[in-house]
Amino acid sequence: MSQLTTAHVGDVAARQLSAGSGEKLVFLHGASGLPQWNSFFAALAQRYEVLVPEHPGFGATAAPRSMRNIADMAMYYLDYLESFGQERVHLVGHSLGGWIAAEAACRNLSNVKSLTLMAPAGIRIKGMPIGDNFIWSVEETVRNLVVDQKLADAMLSREPTEEEADLLIANRYMATRLGWEPRWLNLALESWLHRIKTPTHIIWGDSDRLFPAAYGERWRALITGSKLTIVERCGHLPHVEHPDATAHDIVSFLQSSALNGAAK
Amino acid sequence: MKFACFTLMPYRPLDMVERNKHRSAWVLLPNSLYDPKKGADEYDSYINQLVYAEKLGFDIIAVNEHHQTAYGMMPAPNLIASALIQRTTTCKVAVLGRALPLVNNPMTIAEEFAMLDTLSRGRLIAGFVRGIGTEYHAMGINPAFSHERYLEAHDMIVQAWTRPGPFEFEGEHYNNRYVNLWPRPYQTPHPPIWVPSQGSSETIAWAAAPERKYPFLVTFAAQDLVVRYLNMYRDQAKKFGYEAGGEQLGWAAPIYVAETEERARAEAKAGAESLFNDYLYNPWEMLLPPGYMSISSMKATVKMRKALGSRPRTHTIDSLIDSGTVIAGTPKTVREKIEKVRDQTGVDNLVAMLQFGVMSDELALRNMELFATEVMPHLR
Repeated sequence: MSQLTTAHVGDVAARQLSAGSGEKLVFLHGASGLPQWNSFFAALAQRYEVLVPEHPGFGATAAPRSMRNIADMAMYYLDYLESFGQERVHLVGHSLGGWIAAEAACRNLSNVKSLTLMAPAGIRIKGMPIGDNFIWSVEETVRNLVVDQKLADAMLSREPTEEEADLLIANRYMATRLGWEPRWLNLALESWLHRIKTPTHIIWGDSDRLFPAAYGERWRALITGSKLTIVERCGHLPHVEHPDATAHDIVSFLQSSALNGAAK
Repeated sequence: MKFACFTLMPYRPLDMVERNKHRSAWVLLPNSLYDPKKGADEYDSYINQLVYAEKLGFDIIAVNEHHQTAYGMMPAPNLIASALIQRTTTCKVAVLGRALPLVNNPMTIAEEFAMLDTLSRGRLIAGFVRGIGTEYHAMGINPAFSHERYLEAHDMIVQAWTRPGPFEFEGEHYNNRYVNLWPRPYQTPHPPIWVPSQGSSETIAWAAAPERKYPFLVTFAAQDLVVRYLNMYRDQAKKFGYEAGGEQLGWAAPIYVAETEERARAEAKAGAESLFNDYLYNPWEMLLPPGYMSISSMKATVKMRKALGSRPRTHTIDSLIDSGTVIAGTPKTVREKIEKVRDQTGVDNLVAMLQFGVMSDELALRNMELFATEVMPHLR
C-alpha cells in the first residue's frame, strides 16, 4: 500500500502517494488525476521509491493563479525535482504527465536519470487527429480509453462519491487550462525534443483512441536513441489495462545495461 | 415598459430526422444539412420581420450571436444589425450581444460597435456576453479563461470608447500598443451596454456595480427564476447603496398570443418544443465546458443535477407554459403574466421572442401583430 503525504514546492502543498525504497521514481499522472494505487505501482515500488505527486490544481491540491499553462507546470516540476538535491530520479509520465515530463526534460535534465513517456500529449501529426476527451461524455471517455470493454463496464458501474465527484471536477478544470487550446499541444515542443539526451522509453497502447499509436513512432523519431514499446490490446491507459506487463516493461528498461552504462 | 422584438434566426428547414442522429444541433451537426438557398430565404424572412417590428411600434429590434449551430444563423450579428440600420429609422438596434471572450483582439468589437452606432446615429444598444458553453468548442477558445477574458475585453472596449487615444492597453489576455479608435461611438460617452445572462450571481453583481449599472437581461428561464434573478440584481444594487430602476432590468422570453388559450397553445407548440428540445438542447460536456462557470457553481450544479435527475429533451408546450418559460395565451392572459412579473420585480424592458423554433412566418407575423396591438399598449 501507499502512503499519502504532502510535497511542498514553493507555495504549493501537493498531495503525494509514495511507497517502496531504492532509487527515486517519480510518476506524473494524466488528466484524470491522482491514480488508483494498483499492481502497476506496487510492482514499481518493489524496486524503487515511487513518488506520485498530484499536479497543482488537480484534486485536492490548490494551484496558484499564476499556474496557467504547460510551461508553468514544467517549471514547477523542475522546482520539485531540485528539492531532491543532487539525486537523479527516474521520471515517468502518463499522457498529460508525459507532456509535462518532456517539457521539463527539454529545459533541464540535471535531476533526471531516465525518462519514461506513456502515451504523452504535446505534439501533433498533421492529418492524424487525436480524440476529443473534452466533448466525449463520461461513458464515451471510459469506453474510448480502454480496449477491454468489460474493464470499461467495471469502471462505469462505480458511482463516484460526492467528495470524489468534487475532485474530478477540479481535475477537469485544471486539465482544461493546460490542454484545451491548442488541444493537448505545444507547437514549439517538437523542435526542442532533441535536447533530451537521457535514456528515454516511450510506451504506447496499440489501440489508443485518444492519441493514436502513430504518435509513439513520431516521439521515438524525435528523441534520439529512445526506445518504443507498443503494448498490444491496449488503449490509452497501459498502467490500468495491463498493469503488470507495463510495470515489467518499465523496470526492464530501467535495469537494462544501456541505461546503467550510460551514467551521465 | 419598453419592448424589443428579438429573433434567434433558427434554421427552420432543418431535417429533424437527420438532426436526431446527432447529439446536438451545435458544433457536431454536419453543415451538409444546411442549404444555402434556404438559408438566404431565412435571412429575408427574419430581417423583414424585424423591420416590420419598427412599424408595429416596438422600441427595439434585437439580434444575437451563436456559432456553428442551426439554433441561430448569426455568427456575426453586427452584419445583420448593419442591414437593419439601413432599413429602419427610429427604433433602437440591439446586439444582445457579442461574445467578448471569443475574440483574440476585442478592439475589433469596439470598432464595429462604434461603426454601427455611427451608421445608426446613436441607435445602437451593445450587449456584452460570454456566449454559451458550446461556443468554446466551436471557436477553440479556452473556457477556463472565459471569465477573465470577458472582464478584460470589457475594460479594453470601454476604454477604447472613452479614453482619448492613442493609449496602450496592458492586459493579461489582451495587449495593444496603440488603442486609438476611428471612428469613436456616436453616443456619449458610449452606446448603452446590456448584459444578457442566464443568471450567474457573479455576473449580476458585476453588472449592478455603481460604476457600471448595466441593464441585466435574464434569458430563457422559468418564471420563478426570472423573478429571483431580477430581484437579486435589485438586492445587489441596494448593497451598493442605490435603488435599481426598472430600466436596469430586462426579461427575454418566447411569447405567443392568439385569440383563444387553446389556439395559442396549439400554434406555439411546434415552435416552442422544437426550440427547447431540438435546437437548444446540448449534452452536459458541450453546454458546460470546464471553466465556463466557476468551480463552486459547477460543483453545486452537478449536485443539483444528480438530485433532480436529468430528463433531456422532454419539454412540452404545457410544461413550458406551466413553468413560465414560454408565455402564451390570449392577449389578456399574456398581459397578466407579464404584469405579474413586472409587479414582482419592477422590470421595465421586455425582450419578446415572437418567432421561435420552427414557427412559420405566417404565425410569427400574426403573433407580432397581436402582441403589438393587444398587449404592448396596455403595458406602456
